[in-house]
Amino acid sequence: MFKLFNYLRPYWKAAVLAPLLMCVEVAADLAQPTLMAHIVDAGISGGDVGVIVRTGLLMIAVVLIGAVGGIGCTVYATRAALCFAADLRRDLFRKVQGFSFANLDRFTTSSMVTRLTNDVVQMQNLVLTMLRILVRSPLLCLGGIAMAVAINARLSMILLVAIPVLLTGLLLLIRKGFPLFTEVQKRLDRVNAVMQENLSGIRVVKASVREEHEEGRFSKANDSLRDATVAASRMLALTSPLSMAIMNASVVAVLWFGGLLVPSGGIGVGQIMAYINYMTQILFSLMMVTFLLIGVSRAKASSDRIREVLETDIDILDASGAPRTSVADGSVVFDRVAFRYRDAGGEPLLSGISFAAQPGETVAILGSTGAGKSSLVNLIPRFYDATEGRILVGGKDVREYRLEDLRAAIGVVPQDPILFSGTIRDNLRWGRAEATDAEIEEAARSAQAHEFIMGFKEGYDTVLGQRGVNLSGGQKQRLAIARALVRRPRILILDDSTSAVDAGTESRIQKALRETLGGTTRFLIAQRISSVIDADRIVILENGRVESTGTHRELLERSPVYADICRSQTGSEAADA
Amino acid sequence: MPEARRDGPQAAPGPGGPGGMPFGGPRGGPGMPGPKEKARNAKGTVRRVWGYLGRQGGSLAVVALTVVLNAALGIAGPYLIGIAIDRYIVPADSRGLAGILAVLLAAYAAGALITWLQAWVLPSTVQDTVRDLRKGLFGKLLRLPLRFFDGKTHGELMSRLANDVENVNNTLSQSTVTLLSSVITIMGTLAMMLALSPLLTLVSLLTTPIMMVSTRKIAGFTRKYFKKQQEVLGELNGTIEETVSGQRVVKAFCREGKAMEAFDASNTALRDVGIKAQIASGVVGPMMNLLNNVTFAIVAAVGGSLAINGLVTVGVIAAFINYSKQFARPLNEVANQVNMIQSALAGAERVFEIMDEPPEPGDAPDATDLKDVRGEVTFRDVSFGYSQGVTVLHDMELAARPGHTVALVGPTGAGKTTIVNLLTRFYDVDRGAILIDGHDIRTVRRSCLRSSLGIVLQDTHLFSETVRENIRYGRLEATDAEVEEAARTANAEHFILRLHQGYDTPLSEDGGNLSQGQRQLLSIARAVLADPAVLILDEATSSVDTRTERHIQQAMIRLMSGRTCFVIAHRLSTIRDAAEILVVHGGRIAERGTHDELMKTGGFYYGLYKSQSRGEQT
Repeated sequence: MFKLFNYLRPYWKAAVLAPLLMCVEVAADLAQPTLMAHIVDAGISGGDVGVIVRTGLLMIAVVLIGAVGGIGCTVYATRAALCFAADLRRDLFRKVQGFSFANLDRFTTSSMVTRLTNDVVQMQNLVLTMLRILVRSPLLCLGGIAMAVAINARLSMILLVAIPVLLTGLLLLIRKGFPLFTEVQKRLDRVNAVMQENLSGIRVVKASVREEHEEGRFSKANDSLRDATVAASRMLALTSPLSMAIMNASVVAVLWFGGLLVPSGGIGVGQIMAYINYMTQILFSLMMVTFLLIGVSRAKASSDRIREVLETDIDILDASGAPRTSVADGSVVFDRVAFRYRDAGGEPLLSGISFAAQPGETVAILGSTGAGKSSLVNLIPRFYDATEGRILVGGKDVREYRLEDLRAAIGVVPQDPILFSGTIRDNLRWGRAEATDAEIEEAARSAQAHEFIMGFKEGYDTVLGQRGVNLSGGQKQRLAIARALVRRPRILILDDSTSAVDAGTESRIQKALRETLGGTTRFLIAQRISSVIDADRIVILENGRVESTGTHRELLERSPVYADICRSQTGSEAADA
Repeated sequence: MPEARRDGPQAAPGPGGPGGMPFGGPRGGPGMPGPKEKARNAKGTVRRVWGYLGRQGGSLAVVALTVVLNAALGIAGPYLIGIAIDRYIVPADSRGLAGILAVLLAAYAAGALITWLQAWVLPSTVQDTVRDLRKGLFGKLLRLPLRFFDGKTHGELMSRLANDVENVNNTLSQSTVTLLSSVITIMGTLAMMLALSPLLTLVSLLTTPIMMVSTRKIAGFTRKYFKKQQEVLGELNGTIEETVSGQRVVKAFCREGKAMEAFDASNTALRDVGIKAQIASGVVGPMMNLLNNVTFAIVAAVGGSLAINGLVTVGVIAAFINYSKQFARPLNEVANQVNMIQSALAGAERVFEIMDEPPEPGDAPDATDLKDVRGEVTFRDVSFGYSQGVTVLHDMELAARPGHTVALVGPTGAGKTTIVNLLTRFYDVDRGAILIDGHDIRTVRRSCLRSSLGIVLQDTHLFSETVRENIRYGRLEATDAEVEEAARTANAEHFILRLHQGYDTPLSEDGGNLSQGQRQLLSIARAVLADPAVLILDEATSSVDTRTERHIQQAMIRLMSGRTCFVIAHRLSTIRDAAEILVVHGGRIAERGTHDELMKTGGFYYGLYKSQSRGEQT
């Protein structure tokens, strides 16, 4: 965890100044009871108003100095902590932007968002607390002990008893209570999980008339949460009476032993009052430190999650020192390529993949769910690196390009047509920042999107909600296609990207692509035979290998898998006939 | 004597809360006064929360009593110390000192005991209340009409509910007790101070107005900055969320640089406004400290001068310093707690709002049960729209004879799924009627109607239970043998047995450890077990590839035989054998007939079929 504190380094002045100023505040706080004792013992007992007034004014002066320290500490500690957090967040975000797809696979979106938001805030609070209270409490504790001993060493025997008893009691309770709280969290998660799955499955629950059954399930989780919470709160709630009892017993002890010393002149009444004051400060600081240390250990979970991201090795890097080049043409060659996902055991997902696509060709990739079709095309823009073999784009190994140059030549339409908040025009311009409005409109026409875009009141300036929530699935897919077309790519990858578009529209899109993208090599992943029938080359993937390649006609004759797929889609008698 | 620490406990049993949870929270000050949120109808909401709390009866009274007693003992402590000093320590009366200290010790012991009692009773009181609230809410959610869930994302709804209930929980277990105890302490302390010395009371209250004005001033700043901070934070979180969830597209289009620009702008803005907000709220602590210490000094000096003139005793000064502190702290507390309670009330109000949503309308008083359903389904002149003025189905006429299969085809958004929603009475028709075996479904008990329908959806919903329990969902009283029989019928057993614990393998929440096809087989097994008279397959196989589909098809055919079936599909190969095919277009039935008939007509269906099966003609 302490590694992350390196982020405080640029703000070391503030980070050093804050504790120093806190020292001032603590010193002022520690002076108060002694000054008070002076008023009582020298002023009142001595009947000297002058002492009282002078000491009173001195107290106010000390208080003001203390306040300057306290406020100064807050200002600097806050600055240091927030700058620390902002830098940490910036580096995390940068790091994630540099991640390869394989790196991204290791984190779910929600956990990544948590790391960037909540976990960073946790660290920020930790730094803030450390610079203020984690300095304050121990100082106050030690200073209090010193002052108490200075007043009367013998009375301090009471502290010698009270401190260990308090610490032991607190530690015991925390030790017993902590697992209980972990349990509460687990059960709370369970309650939320049941609620969540009922919300998302509400149609199933209702349709199967299982409301009562689900209520039973929920009640079970709910009751067990209640039991755990009660047990944990009761355990933790013991800390309050325990520490109060110890502190108050000590106060009584001081009053008794101190009271006995007064007649012999061993201690003044004011000093007893001051002593009690120091003692409560000491014991209270101890409690604070204990609980804060727990807070620190909790922040460790956050810091671990943050470091996990920061310390991930990015496994796809730009070819070092590669010159800026552009991709010469849209030819793609797979040369004995094998691929497996990192951490995936067993057989490679793809192996022995070899085929070549000429510029301007349409290559369709067919195979059952999970056959590795998406993984295959993901190798072209180097979303992943092949485990074995090589892939040539424009006659050059993809690993020899700078990533930006390679990807600038490739238009990708992913399965999930993710759009971003902003206008439709902004989204389409993702393809190429400098595209003109006319070019954007042309791409939208090819993707059969122009018509529905113009159907909106604001046309291309219609603002999309986050992830394009206000569009239908088919509309989103067509925008995603248009976005890729704006790029004027050498290679276009369509990963099952027309699944929500009806067959008529799909064939119009295909036709437009043929007409406008003469020199562009097109890779097409599809389910329907009708989508691939006109492809120059169809690659059949089966169990991670290329079962066969060829045109529709050729494959009908020589590929049993292809024939089978055809049959499954057109009804058996027809294909047999 | 007593310390002037803002975060220090009193030498006496202070107005201890429920022995709350001191974990982590940084010291004093109005922690994080987020933008203030208020319930619209606070009174009504309080009354309803009270309704839940009231059920706890006796233990609630115990809690209230302990709070009062505790506050009273907190007030007695300084008074007793003052007496000890004046009467026994100064005159050096050790016997008398022993006596008064015994009383003090007893008071403290009683205080600790009472605090402990409170800490014991309060959690169960609060948790029972929260549990009931959660349970009521969940039960209500299950009974809301689907219309309620339209246009709400589950995540949003979920996180809101979880937060709101948690908020109510925290408020009940901490804020209310603290508030009550603060109010009692303030009033009691004031009374004691006035009784001891009205003059000194006036002196020690001198700074109170300054304190109240300055906190209010600072709170104004704080609120402004926190509101701004909240806005910027929302912006930043939005950027993060959107970028990270679309990270692959960001990379594919080399937009990392642009994303970083947007991020940096929000990140820097958040830092700058955050510093202001945090300083404004962080300064409150030292400010309070300052004012408390000034009071401390003034009381000591003025009290000292008075003491010399014999107007007050040392013991009174000691008590006063304690009291003025005890008085100041709850004053700050009250404002804080009131804010927290207000925001919790706003949360509670949202929870109650859901509880007040009209549930699915109850069954008609004379609703009947269907007996021995044959499965004859008729739509008579049905019209329907989800929102007023937008009709989705127009004058739909449809008749399915028992045991026959009716297929519904058509482009997305044509109204196919709406037909299912009406048949299950997720929604009620606007005009016309739907009959099963000649009974209008609105006259049938809803649970009976739904039990006689079986639905297999495109998205199989699995629960975080074992495979066995997930299949049993079809019919809860089914035996293990029946469950396994159903799995066999559904072609699911071979893969189930390969799972590492077979039928007893727990599934993750979204069934993520199974493939699409496997999940679909489980939901078919569920339907087999339920053995419904009428079966609805809503795009049941469209998310699996065609060869996997064929594998499922076998199971599907077995499931369909002997039942009235509605099949919705956009892949036409699945429905060629249906007794009747209805082409739904724009909320109307555009064509109807068997496959062969429709092919001869050469209409919409013909075109659709041709475009999908070009493979076979070459």
